[in-house]
Amino acid sequence: MAEKILEFRNVSFSYGKQLAVEKASFSIEKGDFVGMIGPNGAGKTTLVKLALGLLKPDKGKIRLFGKDIADFHEWHKVGYVPQKATGFDQNFPASVFEVASMGRIPKAGLMKQFSENDRKAVERALEVSGISGLRGKRIGDLSGGQQQRVFIARALAAEPELLILDEPTVGVDQKAQHEFYLLLGRLNREMGMTLVLISHDVGVVAKNAGKIACVNVGVTMHDASKGIDAALLCAYGNDMGRVPHHHD
Amino acid sequence: MLEILQYSFMQRAFVGGILIAILCSAIGVFLVLRRMALLGDGLAHISFGGIAAGMFFKVYPIVSALVFSVLAAIGIQKLKQMKIYSDSAIAIFFSFGLALGVVLVSLSHGFNADLMSYLFGSILSVSEADILLILAVGLATLAMLVLFYKELFYITFDEESARAAGVPVERLNTVLLVLTSVAVVLSMQVVGILLVSSFIVIPASIALPLCRSFRQAVLMSVLFAVASVVAGLLLAYYFDLAAGGAIVMVLVAAFAAMLVYKKIAAK
Repeated sequence: MAEKILEFRNVSFSYGKQLAVEKASFSIEKGDFVGMIGPNGAGKTTLVKLALGLLKPDKGKIRLFGKDIADFHEWHKVGYVPQKATGFDQNFPASVFEVASMGRIPKAGLMKQFSENDRKAVERALEVSGISGLRGKRIGDLSGGQQQRVFIARALAAEPELLILDEPTVGVDQKAQHEFYLLLGRLNREMGMTLVLISHDVGVVAKNAGKIACVNVGVTMHDASKGIDAALLCAYGNDMGRVPHHHD
Repeated sequence: MLEILQYSFMQRAFVGGILIAILCSAIGVFLVLRRMALLGDGLAHISFGGIAAGMFFKVYPIVSALVFSVLAAIGIQKLKQMKIYSDSAIAIFFSFGLALGVVLVSLSHGFNADLMSYLFGSILSVSEADILLILAVGLATLAMLVLFYKELFYITFDEESARAAGVPVERLNTVLLVLTSVAVVLSMQVVGILLVSSFIVIPASIALPLCRSFRQAVLMSVLFAVASVVAGLLLAYYFDLAAGGAIVMVLVAAFAAMLVYKKIAAK
């Protein structure tokens, strides 16, 4: 049996009285490409924040790389591309290389200067993300699709084993989205990286991910090869068609 | 060599002024980008209470101001964690410091003249002891800033991702506030309480629109601040002006020049 990278056991979480996640139990194994789908407010982002230790569960256990999350400190193993990553201050003076370098901090260590090795890892992350040529550009001067790749590079700079992406293609044009999913496919198949992709777009998830996690306060896992109808049904109910969902 | 540098009071003014310019303008880049530009002003007014308390209780005023300012910085951070808006938290401490200062001034009669030198700055009358304190504390503060540079940069750009990456965000936010409060107190003697925030806000505001990288922005901010100190002191010396005011006027002129440059470059 493959190594369990992320495991939720009966996890519940509420914002005040508003229940966001109830008794979620699932596990993600090494090399998985899991697409997380579910309607707005279903708790997808909450699940990610729980997995990243940004929120603490009210009940239940979360394990990362076999360790209880309270005892887990190897955050360089987990890469994260946040929702609306591109919603930052577009006038912020930061070069592409500088933004990608931030991702190296958990690996390099706090309060330590970057070594030659760290700089090489950042260069590699830029290369894999296909943006080496933009390294000196100010991030606000790039297109939405290019900015998205910078945030992927930032997540890759620490050479993570698990990469979590929360609605990464919001505001990115169709062509850039297509290239973006090709990149994710390469990371998963060629580099063996475990991926968790949150998306509204059921079609894209079904096409690219190996497993589908349906989130609607609880979580149920489905094999993507068995068709997406069951997954759709669990997440959206009977009245939803297979219509890709885009944000403006 | 310029005759101006023959005087030891001018030498002290240059050394102290330049060090403070470097410190405040570097911190300023972080604060301005985090929409905390007025923090410096708030902490300076809190320090006014500290200065008055020091004079009242016969303690070295810079030390009592440092204590006040650092405690207030930690207090502001605590109020923020208790869900008080950060500008309100600053305003509450700001009012308290000023009120305390005014009350202490009214209780005693006689240190108004000294107090004036802190309100408006008196870089030309900085003593040997003052300059040693500014150098020691200033260099230590600068070293801290270099040590935490990349983490503070990460938090400034994207606080949530920094937190997810295991960066101790709350602690570093407090560190930044404490460094700011130290920088503010040290600059009081140069530009005075009323003008402290100029060193924090204006150099960063000149540099930010001109730069492509964060590193470049910090360096340019520092460069503008140092150049303004040098130019301001020269103007003050040759035209017999108030040094603090002259330095700030140079900074404002540089800011206006940047705006004009941007306007022309955009065409």
